[in-house]
Amino acid sequence: MTTSNRSASSLVDASASALRATATDDSSAVARPSRRGAGGSKAWWAARRGWLFVIPALVAYIMFVVYPLFLGVQYSFYKWNGVGPAEFIGVANYLRVFTDPDLLASIGNAFILIAFFTIIPVSSGLMLATLIRSIKPGPFSSASQAILFLPQIIPLAAAGIAWSWMYAQTGAVNQILTLFGLGGITRPWLGDFQTALPAVGLIGSWVLTGLCTVLFLTGISKIDSALFEAARLDGAGWFREFISVTVPGVRQEIAVLTTITIIAALSSFDIIYTTTLGGPGRSTLVPGISIYRIGFTQSDVGLASAFGIVLMILVLACVLPIQRLSRERD
Amino acid sequence: MIVNRSEAIIGRIVLVLVLILTLIPLANMASAALQPAGENPVGLTWPSDPQWGNFVEAFQTGHVVELMTSSAFIVLGVVPISLLFGTLAGYALGNLRVPGARFLLIFFLVGLTIPFEALMIPLYYEMQGFGLLNTQWAVILPLIGLYMPFSVVWMRAHFVNMPRELSEAARVDGATTLQEFRRIQIPLAVPPLSALAILLFLWTWNQFLLPVVLISDPLKRTVAGSLTYFQGQYSTSIPLLNAGALIIIAPAIIVFLIFQRQFIKALLQGAVKG
Repeated sequence: MTTSNRSASSLVDASASALRATATDDSSAVARPSRRGAGGSKAWWAARRGWLFVIPALVAYIMFVVYPLFLGVQYSFYKWNGVGPAEFIGVANYLRVFTDPDLLASIGNAFILIAFFTIIPVSSGLMLATLIRSIKPGPFSSASQAILFLPQIIPLAAAGIAWSWMYAQTGAVNQILTLFGLGGITRPWLGDFQTALPAVGLIGSWVLTGLCTVLFLTGISKIDSALFEAARLDGAGWFREFISVTVPGVRQEIAVLTTITIIAALSSFDIIYTTTLGGPGRSTLVPGISIYRIGFTQSDVGLASAFGIVLMILVLACVLPIQRLSRERD
Repeated sequence: MIVNRSEAIIGRIVLVLVLILTLIPLANMASAALQPAGENPVGLTWPSDPQWGNFVEAFQTGHVVELMTSSAFIVLGVVPISLLFGTLAGYALGNLRVPGARFLLIFFLVGLTIPFEALMIPLYYEMQGFGLLNTQWAVILPLIGLYMPFSVVWMRAHFVNMPRELSEAARVDGATTLQEFRRIQIPLAVPPLSALAILLFLWTWNQFLLPVVLISDPLKRTVAGSLTYFQGQYSTSIPLLNAGALIIIAPAIIVFLIFQRQFIKALLQGAVKG
């Protein structure tokens, strides 16, 4: 697509372009009074008629995002079981979020998942893209792109079902391990306290690595090939070229992928729901599952809402610094 | 580009390995789906006696037709309206530059990072208040709102690049804002619109959290949301569970394979913008 779409790549980028847009608005506003003198209130109305175009989107957004968000904030200060009378309890729910071992465990697990949802896919995607960039466009290349994208097309819930069968006692993972003489370590991977979280995390790696690889491939293809040639002529090896040319060239892609994969890690739900539901014990409990359980199974609406707000702030706190960092380096 | 021969070979080998890794879980589903329904299959085994009947049985007992209809209904409820609202607002914010456009854009941008999990509890009670709980509307209406920030930002990015001379020329020719929008801007916006349509279709079709939370009857959910129903229904038969799950995910895969290039392009742009 167009270049500006790429520059509007991220939240902050886009808000920056919003600022730029206003800058032009302001300049036209300077010219406006003279025009108003001629056109009268007609021109004033013409400028504001654009609001009519925004209203439908605004109404939908306010009704189903902004209003529920305020509702959630309101609930979070109450003790309420969803049907009976609600009792105002101040910040007690928030205090529980940060003291309840189950809830703290689910936040901790979400951060461990970042290793599998972000670090593994982004780093291996970058390596893979570097390795396969030399493959000429053709049927093989486009077929592999399609295959790498398959995990993006199927629902995460289906990935969960496919992988719970892979990880089962009689599943393919144990079968392959036995084939390589590692029969000693076979186990039901999702049922084991030690391995359940990494096993679930690797499903995320499976889903996201393809997306990272293909995005990095397009990023690398935009780097001026003269840079690669210059590096090689200067005697740079594979590694040197990777560090000095490839990584700086795909900085923006790294920032974007880190952002979306961190959001995916912190707000994971589908995969956990269809594989472990947070078990065994609380070894794979994540915020999404906790909110679901507390809100609907234990009917503690206030606590679940407070946890939802905390999750939203956590996501923002992780994502905003990345955006800022990637902008500063530009 | 200078690439050593050995690097090219290593690249190919690694790529093939990764492709195999990507395909194994799906192939494993297919191999399990073709084993006898009453037996517990072992790992990745070649189906020596493929039981195609499993697919027929899963199709019939899994209420697949009902599920697909429900999913299609939800998609049709969400996607066209989101496209329309998003385009209108994107046009106003990008091209008409309405007063307060900057504030509005930032207002929408804030919505991009809100995880659905943070909203599921209040949305539940909001839908209960509307009396829509356990109907498809309980998913359709919130999804329109939840996709709105992305749709607006996406379409605005297109309209903000359209040369202003275009609208000025239209005005000189006497076109009203609405005429200009319909006759000139919309036809030019087809590529970003179709990419957005692909993304919204996929996100809605694969939406899991909201249907699970807001619709208790699995047959009224999206196909993704109904997978929990399959898990319950076929908890004793791995072959039937896998056959059912494969049937459920097949339509999206088929559509993907047909419109491969458009899908990959849309998804890459979607990732960059999301």
